[in-house]
Amino acid sequence: MPNMSLKKVSMPEQEPQVRNKNFEEVALGYTPEMAMEEATRCLHCKNAPCVNGCPVNVQIPDFIAKIAEGDFDAAYDVIAQTNSLPAVCGRVCPQENQCEGKCVRGIKGEPVGIGRLERFAADYRMKQGKETVQKSEPNGIKVAVVGGGPAGLTCAGDLAKLGYEVTVFEAFHTPGGVLMYGIPEFRLPKEIVQKEINALKKLGVTIQTNMVVGKVVSVDELLEDGFRAVFIGSGAGLPSFMKMEGENLNGVYSANEFLTRINLMKAYRFPETDTPVKIGNKVAIVGGGNVAMDAARSAKRLGAEEVSIVYRRSEEEMPARLEEVHHAKEEGIQFKMLTNPVRILGDENGWVTGMECVKMELGEPDASGRRRPVPVKGSEEVLPMDTVVIAIGQTPNPLIKATTPGLETQTWGGIVVKDEAGQTSKKGVYAGGDVVTGAATVILAMGAGKNAAAAMDAYIRGNQ
Amino acid sequence: MYKIVRKETLNPSVTLMEIEAPMIAKKAQPGQFIILRVHENGERIPLTVADYDREKGTVTIIFQIVGKTTQRLNELEEGECLQDFVGPLGVASHLAGYQKVAVIGGGLGTAIAYPQAKELHRLGAQVHSIAGFRNKDLIILEKELTACSDRCVIATDDGSNGTKGFVTNVLEGLIQEGNQYDLVIAIGPLVMMKAVCDVTKKYDIKTIVSMNPIMIDGTGMCGGCRLTVGGETKFACVDGPDFDGHQVDFDEAIRRSRMFQEEEKFAREADCRLMKKGE
Repeated sequence: MPNMSLKKVSMPEQEPQVRNKNFEEVALGYTPEMAMEEATRCLHCKNAPCVNGCPVNVQIPDFIAKIAEGDFDAAYDVIAQTNSLPAVCGRVCPQENQCEGKCVRGIKGEPVGIGRLERFAADYRMKQGKETVQKSEPNGIKVAVVGGGPAGLTCAGDLAKLGYEVTVFEAFHTPGGVLMYGIPEFRLPKEIVQKEINALKKLGVTIQTNMVVGKVVSVDELLEDGFRAVFIGSGAGLPSFMKMEGENLNGVYSANEFLTRINLMKAYRFPETDTPVKIGNKVAIVGGGNVAMDAARSAKRLGAEEVSIVYRRSEEEMPARLEEVHHAKEEGIQFKMLTNPVRILGDENGWVTGMECVKMELGEPDASGRRRPVPVKGSEEVLPMDTVVIAIGQTPNPLIKATTPGLETQTWGGIVVKDEAGQTSKKGVYAGGDVVTGAATVILAMGAGKNAAAAMDAYIRGNQ
Repeated sequence: MYKIVRKETLNPSVTLMEIEAPMIAKKAQPGQFIILRVHENGERIPLTVADYDREKGTVTIIFQIVGKTTQRLNELEEGECLQDFVGPLGVASHLAGYQKVAVIGGGLGTAIAYPQAKELHRLGAQVHSIAGFRNKDLIILEKELTACSDRCVIATDDGSNGTKGFVTNVLEGLIQEGNQYDLVIAIGPLVMMKAVCDVTKKYDIKTIVSMNPIMIDGTGMCGGCRLTVGGETKFACVDGPDFDGHQVDFDEAIRRSRMFQEEEKFAREADCRLMKKGE
């Protein structure tokens, strides 16, 4: 008889007023007892709707059954069959729109805590330090992966499992992509990311850092150099700005810069580390997505007195995950909704002093299906600010587009793919993740990397 | 790892290092830059490629010891390695098609102006080099610059060597002598580049400057290096580092260069105290 509790077993968290001063992980994870209890809430539906909701096809009821039995190792092995980064997914996937969104238990009450259980199984295995890797028989065929983020790492892992000799070309000094530079330590500890990456290395994946494809080597040169197929997973790395007056003042950052300083360059440990970040007392984060929440919560942790999310639509339209919004509110982040920045004001030395905003109201739905915000005349006011972080989105970096003849792209910079497998307009070249879709989620990028790996395998076999 | 194969002290605060980086050496062109990290907790700093040897597989950098990172970099010796070295980044300088060019270097900027002068010379342009330093002890690359220039003027602020005065005085003098330049290249401190642009605007001579703002990734990702050129925001890392000097908003660039001044000072002083304690 399954556990019919309507609620998930709650997961311990750091107290909001404690955690908003440190960079330690917010959610502390299940104990084995909690995990086993939560696992008994799964009904083991025959058609497993949850699995259909998972972009990387994790066999969810099977791994949950193993947790319920207390065989945590076996649970991990089930997950790892299809997911190259379980500890990451358990933390940052928007499960509410995916596996948990399809869970039958969610019709009445809360769905099974699939994400929490996945995280538990992955953390359990990491703590045991058990070697899980079974290296495949090498087939001696070289393939290249451009970009060491979620899409690229997943693609690399799957190809390595098939026996390919995979090289990942990473532009930064550390692989991980957005998992390293974007998502903060308190949501995704970097040690965990590096452990997942080490597991891939043990599978035989070679990672070359400081390799800016398009600069030091081009996609064509990789193909000429004996790589039989190339996967491009270079992400959406180009920050968008509002193009408003005052955006180049001192104290204005793109979310990319702000978060990269803090996460990848560890500015929160300055001066022990060499990269600084300036926070100020009053911080405005412009935008309403997960990146905006990450920036806001980071600013709070770095000592800002007042941190506000400034978003032009209402809370209902905010693209951020509910959990992130909830956590941000708990930590004391203010939400200034239906507010749109018009310009940033500065002092005579070029430092930000305030941001002029206009109130908005919602009109008719726009192309995105959300009600279009329209300015309320005469409602302009200046909010005093020291720091402004622009978190309104990212588009793909044009570097690869500019240096890869024959690679078709959209006007906004995304690479055009012919199918779900990520086949581009160029033979042997596949793409997936944010570089194709525009800024989206880690798990969608992983799904794309996975599909592309299968297609690349089929392509290479077909050409032998 | 990226081995230091040669280290040379050019003056008490300027050091040259030749770094083993074959893939970068293969692709590097004048005007491009690299980003390096000295150690695991180090910051990423951009440095313009001063020279490269495709056969030897090395890239030469020249840096001034101004802060903690360059201090630490300078402590490394031949045979030791840099943590990270990435490039070549940015757009290469377009140097073809000019008849007569004045290449101006200010202080350390001379190290970046030199490969440009060399390339122009190779392309057959008549090259007049002007290099300015505060005093005679700080002069670098005089011999190299002379070798690739039809005329080379060294100026010092205090007159301790060569012409007394600023590079702008020298440039204006050369123009008034009747030299007709179809291009001026100015590389050095922001105030110096701005001053050169003020002169060349007067004579309506096209002027290229090389911008070196604060950067993190150097690939267009952070936007920290943005500057206003002709009223538009540009990223120095991917749109530059070379820009039309008459279009650059130097006042904004100067303000932005001071964004982390306090932190830089703090890090440098903390580091100095730490080093002293260790002695």
